[in-house]
Amino acid sequence: MRNRPNIPGFIAITVLVFFYLPIFYLVMQSFNEARFGGPWRGFSLQWYALLFDRPEVWRAVRNTLIVALSSTAISTVLGTLAAWCLHHYRSRLQQSHYVLVYAPLVFPDLLMGISLLLLFINLGYPLGLGTVILAHITFCISYVAFVVLGRLQDFDYNLIEASQDLGAGWATIIYRVLLPVMGPGILAGALLALTLSIDDFIITFFVSGPTSATLPLYVFGMMKQGSPTIINALCTLFMLATFSIVIWGQRYLYRR
Amino acid sequence: MAALLEIQSVTKRYDNLAAVDNVSLELEAGEVFSLLGPSGCGKTTLLRMIAGFETPDSGRILLNGKDITALPPNKRTINTVFQNYALFPHMTVFENVAFGLRMQKKAKPEISIEVDAMLDLMELSDHASKKPNQLSGGQKQRVAIARALVNKPKLLLLDEPLAALDLKLRQRMLIELDAIHDEVGITFLYVTHDQSEAMSLSDRIAVMNHGKFEQMGSPVEIYEAPINSFVAAFIGDTNFLNGKVTAMPNDEFCTVRVPSLGDLLVWKDKDVRVGEELNLSIRPEKLRIARKKPEKPDLLNCIQAVVEDVVYLGSLTKYRLKSGEYTLIVEQQHGHYLLDEKPITWEEIVWVYWHSEDGYMLQSYQQDDESLMALSEDMPDE
Repeated sequence: MRNRPNIPGFIAITVLVFFYLPIFYLVMQSFNEARFGGPWRGFSLQWYALLFDRPEVWRAVRNTLIVALSSTAISTVLGTLAAWCLHHYRSRLQQSHYVLVYAPLVFPDLLMGISLLLLFINLGYPLGLGTVILAHITFCISYVAFVVLGRLQDFDYNLIEASQDLGAGWATIIYRVLLPVMGPGILAGALLALTLSIDDFIITFFVSGPTSATLPLYVFGMMKQGSPTIINALCTLFMLATFSIVIWGQRYLYRR
Repeated sequence: MAALLEIQSVTKRYDNLAAVDNVSLELEAGEVFSLLGPSGCGKTTLLRMIAGFETPDSGRILLNGKDITALPPNKRTINTVFQNYALFPHMTVFENVAFGLRMQKKAKPEISIEVDAMLDLMELSDHASKKPNQLSGGQKQRVAIARALVNKPKLLLLDEPLAALDLKLRQRMLIELDAIHDEVGITFLYVTHDQSEAMSLSDRIAVMNHGKFEQMGSPVEIYEAPINSFVAAFIGDTNFLNGKVTAMPNDEFCTVRVPSLGDLLVWKDKDVRVGEELNLSIRPEKLRIARKKPEKPDLLNCIQAVVEDVVYLGSLTKYRLKSGEYTLIVEQQHGHYLLDEKPITWEEIVWVYWHSEDGYMLQSYQQDDESLMALSEDMPDE
């Protein structure tokens, strides 16, 4: 037993290295004094200092947060409602509804981006934060709807009848029963929407205006101008924030 | 005294199929009434209409003389115990039980006193702060009952409340339910497909099939005097014999000729005339078998039969016998199985006998109903 090669352990370590070595390298480089990365020249916080001197970075961060938070909020509400309809009504209309909600999950982002851009231009709608938010809502709804729909399969509809039976009206049922029981599922959908929105490059690339660059767009621009070390610092901070959200989310979900 | 609940010719259709077909019923205050029937017979639909989850297509439902047909469930003083309990998973036992009282906007201290008293009655006080997923099946069941009873409903609806429990627990919960009913005195309307649950708990039973009541009466009436082959076969096992009345020896008995079995003496449960076709039901435990012909055959029917199968069940033994064209099921206890009595075994020729009062005349018979009986399960064909 003891001498048997630990194959699962080996695979696990390989996978972890595969996933996290590039990230570790990036974090390390963000503290490297060398101007263009490469070999280690000593520990330094200068890139972080430079980062904080650049107001455009913070405008991009602000844009990203505005877009992510508002598109998450709206798509969570709409996606949850869509999931409720898909789960509870079995008409032909809902079958096509299902297909339409499902489609954005498989559409190429490129197609989504171009079609949205064409639409906005034809409508004469000025490109900016508003169009980016609208675009993000369109694809986030689908993800939220499918995460919530998955949770709804486990939802016991008798709970609603039991609440009615015990004298509760619809407002009370939604507030006291439906939301608390569905809360973790809705939150999971919202977190997914949030990360997708923060992450999105291609669709945003098409529908953003001159002043509405989000962080991914800005980072892409900086890469072309050749200041990767600041990007390393930015990405490290960004990762820190993402990890914090994920850890908080996991603890919240498992506490339930 | 006016009835607590009145159901007046209620009908509910789904896609032109009548789930509940012109059913009328009156429940007295304080009684335990069971709706018994196979799945799909409409008993749950009827219950859901009383609870308010479904609206009847026609007919009226009255509670204490007041029409509640169109009232939503949250406005009815009726509470339900759901089949899968439907406890709120995010609330503690205490919060679950307190839910109804909170909806009534009662004061906190009052709620606390009433919930504690109910938890005490249900022996759940130790579990008050647990979540439902930390409870056993029997405990969940008791929480579900407590949550409904704490509202002091006029009528408690129980929808197959024991279906999810195993046999031993089910038997214990039956006794507990009976004790709870004695304690609170609330009218119970109990829906089940399990005849033994209905028999042991109810004051009255309605046997339901295809959306209609086949028979309504006390457990004894339903079991001993089934109106037709459906009721006879659904409530326990039975033997069906078909024959023709040939003679009337006196006012109380008639002679029935059953093809391939011979002439049998039958108690006249209803007026019959000579020449009339008759269907009889005889319960397996009313039949006796022996190697010797019984000595005083005055009011006994005796026929010879061959033992085809013997199933030892512990408390009694089931025999399947072949006599003429009939297969008879007999349930009998043994005297001293391990001592001197040599048990009756396969392929023996035996005497089957029963008292002529123990055969019951059915008002109608359908051959399909024979498939309802459990004997096809524990007595497979060789």
